[in-house]
Amino acid sequence: MNAPASSSVLGARLTRKEDYRFLTGTGQFTDDVALSNQSYAVFVRSPHAHAKIKSIKTDKAKSAKGVLAVYTGEDLANAKVGGLPCGWLITGTDGKPMKEPPFPPLAQGKVRHVGERVAVVIAETLAQARDAADKVKVDYEELPAVVDLTKARKASAIHDIAPDNTCYVWALGDKAATDAAFAKAAHVTKLEFWNNRLVPNAIEPRSANATYSRAGDEYTLYVASQNPHVERLLMTAFVLGLPESKVRVVAPDVGGGFGSKIYLYGEDVVVTWAAKQLNRAVKWTADRSESYVSDAHGRDHLTVAELALDKDGKFLAMRVKTTANLGAYLSTFASCIPTILYATLLAGQYTTPLIYCEVTAVFTNTTPVDAYRGAGRPEATYVVERLVETAAREMKIDPLEIRRRNFIREFPYQTPVALCYDTGNYEATLDAALQLADVKNFGKRKDESAKRGKLRGIGYACYIEACGIAPSNVAGSLGARAGLFEAGEIRVHPTGTVTVFTGSHSHGQGHETTFAQVVADRLGLPMENVEVVHGDTSKILFGMGTYGSRSIAVGGTAIVKALDKIVAKGKKIAAHLLEASESDVEYDRGEFKVAGTDRKKTFGEVAFAAYVPHNYPLDKLEPGLNENAFYDPTNFTFPAGSYVCEVEVDKDTGNTQIVSFTAVDDFGKIINPMIVEGQVHGGLAQGIGQALTEGCRYESSGQLVTGSFMDYCIPRSSDVPLFKIDTRETPCTHNPLGVKGCGEAGAIGAPAAVMNAITDALGVKDVPMPATAQTVWKHLQEKSHARV
Amino acid sequence: MIKVSMKVNGKPVSAEVEARTLLVTYIRENLRLTGTHVGCDTAQCGACTVLMNGRAIKSCSIVAMQAEGADLMTIEGVAKADGTLHPMQQAFKENHGLQCGFCTPGMVMNALDFAKSHPNPTEQEVRESLEGNLCRCTGYHNIVKSIMAGARAMGGKL
Repeated sequence: MNAPASSSVLGARLTRKEDYRFLTGTGQFTDDVALSNQSYAVFVRSPHAHAKIKSIKTDKAKSAKGVLAVYTGEDLANAKVGGLPCGWLITGTDGKPMKEPPFPPLAQGKVRHVGERVAVVIAETLAQARDAADKVKVDYEELPAVVDLTKARKASAIHDIAPDNTCYVWALGDKAATDAAFAKAAHVTKLEFWNNRLVPNAIEPRSANATYSRAGDEYTLYVASQNPHVERLLMTAFVLGLPESKVRVVAPDVGGGFGSKIYLYGEDVVVTWAAKQLNRAVKWTADRSESYVSDAHGRDHLTVAELALDKDGKFLAMRVKTTANLGAYLSTFASCIPTILYATLLAGQYTTPLIYCEVTAVFTNTTPVDAYRGAGRPEATYVVERLVETAAREMKIDPLEIRRRNFIREFPYQTPVALCYDTGNYEATLDAALQLADVKNFGKRKDESAKRGKLRGIGYACYIEACGIAPSNVAGSLGARAGLFEAGEIRVHPTGTVTVFTGSHSHGQGHETTFAQVVADRLGLPMENVEVVHGDTSKILFGMGTYGSRSIAVGGTAIVKALDKIVAKGKKIAAHLLEASESDVEYDRGEFKVAGTDRKKTFGEVAFAAYVPHNYPLDKLEPGLNENAFYDPTNFTFPAGSYVCEVEVDKDTGNTQIVSFTAVDDFGKIINPMIVEGQVHGGLAQGIGQALTEGCRYESSGQLVTGSFMDYCIPRSSDVPLFKIDTRETPCTHNPLGVKGCGEAGAIGAPAAVMNAITDALGVKDVPMPATAQTVWKHLQEKSHARV
Repeated sequence: MIKVSMKVNGKPVSAEVEARTLLVTYIRENLRLTGTHVGCDTAQCGACTVLMNGRAIKSCSIVAMQAEGADLMTIEGVAKADGTLHPMQQAFKENHGLQCGFCTPGMVMNALDFAKSHPNPTEQEVRESLEGNLCRCTGYHNIVKSIMAGARAMGGKL
C-alpha cells in the first residue's frame, strides 16, 4: 500500500511490506537455502533419559554410501570445542553461584535426556545420512531417571557438580515481614498448582546450514534464529574460540520463534565446526519429532502460592514457593526465567505491600527448559490472578471489586519486588473490557446456556508485563552476562531513499513494516522509500535480537536515536545550502526549511548534496549521510491489560468451549494497529492452548509421550473463537515513541482468565492446566469434594 | 532411480528420484520450488499442501511416483504471470492473515480448494476447513477472515 508522506503513517493500519514474498512462496527460510557443495547432517539422539555411553561404533556408518563423516562428542572434545554457555548467573540464597554443569554440543560419556545429541552423520544426501545414522551403534548402560520436579532433589545425580540436582535456591523479598503480615491476616487464600510444561512449536522447525571458505578462513551460518548476533557471540567467544570477524550469521526468514529460537543450540555449533572439517556446506533441519525433544521447552513450575488479605479484601502480603524444572542442562537464558522474569512480576497490578518468593530450580532428565512466549511473566500472572479470583470467591467479594480495591493508581510505583512501574491506568482497560465483553448481561447468557445443559463460567485476568529488559548495568548486577541494548543504523542513499538496519529480528512480527512506518513518519518520506534490513551480522552493526517484546521499545528507539542524528546532520547541510544559520533550520515532513521564510531544501536534495559534495562545507562536515545509534533503556516498559473469558462446559463430556474472549490492552502508543492486533490474537491462542490443550508429558522412565502434533495439541482453528479486542493508550514515559511492546501479552493474560472461567463454571476451587475434556469431566465428578 | 514426470504450475517437469522420495521432497529439492514447506512428520500441519488435479493434498503424505502424470499447482503458481496476487492471496494480505509466513502457502492452497465449493462460507465452515492446517502465529482469527473474504472474491472459481 502506498502511504502518504505525512505523520498519518504513524498509527496507520498499513498492510505489510513482507507479505508478498510469503504469499507467493518466495520467502527464504533456512531450509530453503541451497549452497554449492551442500551436504546433509542427521543427528543420532539418545533413546534413553539417563545412561552411560559405554561405546559408540561408527565404522559401519562411516563406510555407508555417500557418508562424508561421523563425529561424536569425543571428536569435539579433541578439537577443544567448548560447551554451550548460560547467559545469566543466578546467585543463590546461600550466596553461592548457581551450579553450571558442562553442556557439550554432543554428549560426552553420558546422556541426560531423551533426544540428546550423541553423534552426527554427514552425507551427500539427506537420505544417505538418515540411512547411515541407523548404522551408528551406541552401547548404553541405563541409569535411573527423574522427570518429576518434586522428586528431583532426592534422585540420583544427573551432574556431578549438583549432587542434589539443584541448580540454585533463590529468593526475593522480605520473608520475615511477609510472614508477620500473614500472621495478622483476616483471610488467607492458598493454591497449589503446576504451571504446565509447554513445547513452543514454531511451525518452521529449527534449521542450520553452515559453509566454510578456505580462501578467507571464513564461516557463514544460516540459522533459524531470533538473534543472529547473540548466536555469533556465544558461538565464537565461548564454544568455537573463533574471531567474530570470521563468522557471519544470517537468520533469514524465520518461521516463528516464541523464544525457542533465541538459544545457541548444539546443532548450530556442530554444523559450523563440521563445515570447516569437511570444507563443505553442512545443512541440518529438524523433523518435528526432533523439535519436540530438542527445542527448549517452556514453563514447568510447581507452585504453592498464598495471599493474605484484611477483612475488606485489601491485599496485605503474598508468599510464593516455586520449584522450577530446568531440564537436563542449562539452556542459554534458562536461569533467569523462573527468577528475574518471574518473581519481579508478582505485584501484578496491585499495591500488595509485601511479597516474598522463593524459587528452587532443579535438573531433571528432560529436555532443557527456557523462555517460551512470556517467559516467567505468564507464570507470575497465573499465580497472582488465580489467587485474586479465588480470594474474592472465598470472601464473597465481587472479583472485579476486589481488584479495584487493590489497583495501583499512582505512578511511578515502586513494587516490593524490585520493579518500578513508570505509568499505567488499570481501571481504564478493565472498564473497557467489561463493556466490550457485555459482562452486565452475563447472567442472561448463563441461564440460556443452562437451558441447553451447559455450564457457563466467566473469568478475569488483569496482567502486568515487563518488556525490554533493561538497563544493562542493573541487569548485569543481577547476573546478566550480556548487554540489553539495541542497535540501529540509518543509511540515506544519494537519491534520498533510506535503508534501515536493525539489530532486532522479525520472525512474524512485521518489523519491515512497523519500523518503516516509524522512519517514514519521522523523515516524512513515502513508505516505499524506506527498506528495513535485519537478520545478518554482515550487514547490521550489532544487535541483541528479538525476545521479551522488546523490539519496538528498544530496537525502535535505537532507530529513532539514529534518525535524530540524520536530521541533525541534514540541518547542517541544509543550512549551508540555504546560506542560513543552522539554528534557523527546521525539519518538517521531508523538507529542511529556514524558519519564517519559504526557503527550503527537500530531504532528497540534502541527501544528494551529502554524496555529491560540490557545494558542501567540507572543512566542517564529513560527506555522506549515514548514522547509527545504540540505545540502552533506563527501565522496562510495562504493558498491562484486562481479559475476560467466557466458557461453556459440556456436563456430559467435560468438553470446554471458549465462547467469548475479550482483551483490552494498554501497549502505549501503537505504530500499526493491524499488526498489534495480530500479535494479541496469536498470544491469546497460545495462552488458551496452555489452559485447554497443551500439556507436555514424560512417563516416569523419561520418555516423552507427547512428541508429535497428534499427542501434543497446539490449538486448531476450532479451539479458539474470534477474539474481541481493543486498546487503551498510556504512553511509556521513558522512550521517545511512547511504546511498550505487545508480543507476549496474550500468552501472559489468557491462561488465568480461562482457568478462572472454568473454575467459575464448575464451582470448584481449582482445575489443573491443561483443562482437557477428561480433566474437566473428572472434576465435575469430584465436585462435591472440592467445592469452594 | 525412477524418472517421475508431471505438470507443475502449467509446465511439464521430470526428475530422476529414488522410489521412496516424497512428493514434497520432489517439489522442494528436485524442482527447487521451496514455497511448499514441511512443518511436521505426521501429516498434521498442512504446510506442504498443494493442489493435485485441482484437489488440495498434503504433499508429505504421498511419494512422488504417485503423482506421475498429475497436474500440480504449488504456491508459486497461484499469482498471475505478471506477479499480480490471486484474490485469495490478496485477501490474506488485506486481512493480515499471515505473520511468519511459514504455514501460509499451505493455508492458501487449502483455501483455494475449499473456496471453489464455498463461494460464501460461514465462519464455522472455514474453521472446519482448517482442521488440517496448523498456524502458531495468528490464532487463526485473521486467517478465518482472509478465507471468508478471499472466497467471496473468487466467486466459486479458481
